[in-house]
Amino acid sequence: MAANNIAKTVGKLAIVAVGMFAFVFVVMVPLYNTLCDVLGLNGKYSGKQYEVVQANVDKGRSVTVQFVAANAEGMPWQFRPVEASIVIHPGAVNTIEFYAKNITGSDMVAQAVPSFVPSRSAQYFHKTECFCFRRQPLKAGEEATLPVQFIVDQDLPAEVTNITLSYTLFDVTAMDKASKGVANR
Amino acid sequence: MGEHHHGPAKGLTRWLYTTNHKDIGTLYLWFSFAMFILGGSFAMIIRAELFQPGLQLVHPEFFNQMTTMHGLVMVFGAIMPAFVGLANWMIPMMIGAPDMALPRMNNLSFWILPFAFAMLASTLFMQGGAPNFGWTFYAPLSTTYAPPSVTFFIFAIHIMGASSIMGSINIIATVVNLRAPGMTYMKMPLFVWTWFITAFLLVAVMPVLAGAVTMMLMDIHFGTSFFSAAGGGDPVLFQHVFWFFGHPEVYILILPGFGVVSQIIPTFARKPLFGYASMVYATASIAFLSFIVWAHHMYTVGLPVAGELFFMYATLLIAVPTGVKVFNWITTMFKGSMTFETPMLFSIAFVFLFTVGGLSGVMLAMAPVDFQYQDTYFVVAHFHYTMVAGAIFSLTAATYYWLPKWTGRMYSETMGKTHFWLSFFAFNLTFFPQHFVGLAGMPRRIPDYALQFADFNMVSSIGAFFYGSSQILFLFNVIRTIRSGRPITDPKVWEGAQGLEWTVATPAPYHTFTTPPEVK
Repeated sequence: MAANNIAKTVGKLAIVAVGMFAFVFVVMVPLYNTLCDVLGLNGKYSGKQYEVVQANVDKGRSVTVQFVAANAEGMPWQFRPVEASIVIHPGAVNTIEFYAKNITGSDMVAQAVPSFVPSRSAQYFHKTECFCFRRQPLKAGEEATLPVQFIVDQDLPAEVTNITLSYTLFDVTAMDKASKGVANR
Repeated sequence: MGEHHHGPAKGLTRWLYTTNHKDIGTLYLWFSFAMFILGGSFAMIIRAELFQPGLQLVHPEFFNQMTTMHGLVMVFGAIMPAFVGLANWMIPMMIGAPDMALPRMNNLSFWILPFAFAMLASTLFMQGGAPNFGWTFYAPLSTTYAPPSVTFFIFAIHIMGASSIMGSINIIATVVNLRAPGMTYMKMPLFVWTWFITAFLLVAVMPVLAGAVTMMLMDIHFGTSFFSAAGGGDPVLFQHVFWFFGHPEVYILILPGFGVVSQIIPTFARKPLFGYASMVYATASIAFLSFIVWAHHMYTVGLPVAGELFFMYATLLIAVPTGVKVFNWITTMFKGSMTFETPMLFSIAFVFLFTVGGLSGVMLAMAPVDFQYQDTYFVVAHFHYTMVAGAIFSLTAATYYWLPKWTGRMYSETMGKTHFWLSFFAFNLTFFPQHFVGLAGMPRRIPDYALQFADFNMVSSIGAFFYGSSQILFLFNVIRTIRSGRPITDPKVWEGAQGLEWTVATPAPYHTFTTPPEVK
């Protein structure tokens, strides 16, 4: 009788323990990513392509967008924005370019990770085309200009007059090999 | 079935094969003391290097390994197993049960621990050295930039987690199913209550820790990117997962200590505990709140203002149930016929010093000022006031309090009191100045510091050496008691002691309550 009750208690607790382990993977990680995405937290960018919606261009307002390029540790490529900054009007479609060159003697794959300052501007910064949506392979010695097409939302809070978009370039050659065939997130 | 009143088996196999809750409790306690000495010796190396500014004794890389290993060994090797040891010894005796509910699992949950810590300690001798990323092992420091030994660290954490989960399930199963007739939940001693609640916390969050290290393992070896920005992951996610475990964990380390002093203070004040029911509810509230405050460790990572405010208010709310507890302990002593034996001295020091740590905790909880305190020695001072003066002092008090019941011999009161006063002064000498250097801007986890912090650091180091060496006196007193202490036979041991554990013979027989007692 007592042994039976003990087994019941242990069974329930074991389910809780296994459930909490699963909770980390199936709830916490997706929930965190979704929340960051929806709330525009952490300057985190969804990586999703923005569908262009016809909107009026707010000619009366100007916003300076600055571009910063950085290499993650161990990343030898040359990487820089072609223009350091541009002045845009909210609602207008803009295109700018980054320059990258693989200066090494071997083929490599890179992934650019964006970040915004101020971080809340992330949710008002819509990219219709970006090299950061996918991994960027470059052969040994190859160079490329990498376009970004974007629209700054008209709902951008009035006090934001300056947005800095920064890309950090990571070497994902090894990761790319390991996950070949697995769709990118 | 053999006969019921046999004694313990002889030799080494007694300890290897034992399923007796008292034997396993003893094993846990000795193991945790050994880890306390190991973790303490790491602390001595840290304080020796910080005795003077500049680099004298160890390389910065080794210093980082010392801070990491000190934290890991103290948290997972000293404090947690010590409380599990006390639970094993005392919970069956306090609720009138013959043993733990799952004696064989009990044996397993102890005997995997030495392997976990052997694995962790062996990393010190590996190429690249031991883990050096702090006990909080933030990614990517613990993934991309970690020494190769990190994999051993991950498996050691897995084993410790499995041990803790099994131990907690055992405690809950015992409390739920094996209480003596008449021992209702609201009659259980506070030590049983606090452990009961702690065990639920452990079952809920140790799997989260296992999940965090599993993600690290996958990031390091299997090409996933949970915490790597390059692959679409996020290092801040690590901090959320870690502290979702980590904040309940700090209550896991202190709640059983609350239980211990709630047993000891009424004994030596010769009054029943004031506000028993409010103590139980306060403990449960603290446990609940511990799940919704984790991001107060992360105010400076760039949380939105709404998040900072939520976590700040939720954290400040914890001061309420904690205040209830401190109020109850003081009121229990108020107008009591108090005597000041060693366990009582440690318990009063616990109440006093833990409150100091609680108040610096309230300061740290406030988001605007935390931007100054974050990652300084002020934080180090805060959590040592709660972990050393809280957890370690309560464990020491518990050892002195129940040692005569366990061994049937009285410890030396003179030596015990000497140990107390040395510990008390040395502890404050070590950690009180750290508040000042922290406020003045000395960062934690550094082997060298600016010259203006030199004097306070020297004071701190001197205090630490005294604190460390006074624990040798404690060890000596315990061994002397076991070998040649004055024999006692009074079941009650202490005049004011209440509860079932004081109704069995002294020393406690190998088997107790084989027929359950009737609780009125």
